[in-house]
Amino acid sequence: MALAKIFVANRGEIAVRIVRAAKELGIATVQAVSAADETMLAARLADEVAKVGPPHASKSYLNADALIAAALETGCDAVHPGYGFLSENADFAAKVEAAGLVFIGPKPETIRKMGDKAMARREAGLAGVPTVPGSEGIVKDVAEAAAAADAVGYPVMIKAAAGGGGRGIRIAENAGDLAALIPQASAEAKAAFGDGGLYLERFVRRARHVEVQILGDGERAIHLFERECSLQRRRQKVWEEAPAACLTPEQREALCSSAVKLAERVNYRGAGTLEYLFDETTGEFFFIEMNTRIQVEHPVTEMVTGVDLLRWMIRIAGGEPLGLSQDDISLTGHAVEARINAEDPAADFRPHPGTVTALEVPGGMGVRFDTMLYPGYQVPPFYDSLLGKLIAHAESREAAIARLARALGELKVEGLPTTAPLHLALAAAAAVKSGNFHTGWLEEWLKSRPLAEGQPGTESEVR
Amino acid sequence: MTKTTIEAPIPGTFYRAPSPQEPVFKNEGDAVAIGDTVGLIEVMKSFTPVVAEAAGTLVAFHVENEEPVMAGQPLYDLEG
Repeated sequence: MALAKIFVANRGEIAVRIVRAAKELGIATVQAVSAADETMLAARLADEVAKVGPPHASKSYLNADALIAAALETGCDAVHPGYGFLSENADFAAKVEAAGLVFIGPKPETIRKMGDKAMARREAGLAGVPTVPGSEGIVKDVAEAAAAADAVGYPVMIKAAAGGGGRGIRIAENAGDLAALIPQASAEAKAAFGDGGLYLERFVRRARHVEVQILGDGERAIHLFERECSLQRRRQKVWEEAPAACLTPEQREALCSSAVKLAERVNYRGAGTLEYLFDETTGEFFFIEMNTRIQVEHPVTEMVTGVDLLRWMIRIAGGEPLGLSQDDISLTGHAVEARINAEDPAADFRPHPGTVTALEVPGGMGVRFDTMLYPGYQVPPFYDSLLGKLIAHAESREAAIARLARALGELKVEGLPTTAPLHLALAAAAAVKSGNFHTGWLEEWLKSRPLAEGQPGTESEVR
Repeated sequence: MTKTTIEAPIPGTFYRAPSPQEPVFKNEGDAVAIGDTVGLIEVMKSFTPVVAEAAGTLVAFHVENEEPVMAGQPLYDLEG
């Protein structure tokens, strides 16, 4: 059953992306809008607009009943959840289906299974996909910890079983450290959490974040190679690339085929991403979690593979089998993506809504700007700060970074500050150019104040 | 006794409590000292405290909890 009319249950730049993909497939769109979003770009581009509630997301884009009612009222046959909001909410997906609508994404049970970290880790193990090595549950004493650490491999993290969010973590480099730290960590965990139970996990010091894009139709799955997203600030991705320059062809093949195995094991339907930690020093990769939705950084994959992920999501949801085989997918060149946020890099990235008084959009060969901006648009304060993504594609990584820098130079957003100056500085940084970074690198680098006044890339023109 | 209307310093979503499970920062009728937190404004997922720059008695809020507020919009009245 081909879809005829899609309800876009999201906002911002991804809503624009969904409307565009639907339009290219000859499918009508109804854009959900909160009271703060009636003038947004996706609302201008969609065939119809449906008001779903007040500005606060809990009353609009997170209000499952209001969204489904609006989709039914406007005669839609499918709902695209985008990313964030309700996109990984299994109950929402089930409600959409119960209302007789198609959920453009995986089955609710897949979302539930892969959204639970412990269950996802178990599925990964069963599919033969490596996860971060650790002790089998709690280690009772130093002797048991030492035996477990030998099996896991040093350095190890000592974690409190009752802890969370990084609290109570210690690093042991060797057996001597471990013997000294275990009693201390146990006493501290007992005092802090009322439970002295400890477990061990391999510590990856200079981890890189790599992730594999997959597409499946519920029976068969393929990968579309990987992305690297190691440049992060406060665990938010800032700059993404495809492919990951840190992998050898053999590592790439092993990584990507492991993702396909896991996707096929769970009968994955739609577009999904498996996230991994990559240890450059040992060449090992470990599955962390799966995102059962389209991701912000999907365009870099589209650029290097030539595959339109959004169109495939919609076609698969409409019942078409995945018309691509693994042999159809090949890598061409390199792509980098800079997230352009409404934040002031000169003021500790303070978010900054406002009105776009003037806009100049970069162009030319290999440049793509997926954005929600237009001149005169008033960026509301109620949602996240992502304004758009500037993507550059070229024959090599070096050429792609040069192209991104060139495009960033052409981008002019007036009326509010953006993170463009950060990206100009990153594109010029030696570690970025050489690809010598890890997930902690960006925050360390920012401490050296590379964006201080008077440095290149902080010109007020991009304000 | 003079009544002053305090305006929202930034646009966003106004919250009267640190989290839904906790009591409000201030009730109508409470005394407010300079430096007291009266509420929070969420701007693009980042929370900024609304800090009193004048002392007095908080007599009324103009914005409900979790409601949108624009910069310069009346937020609360202070009597002192």
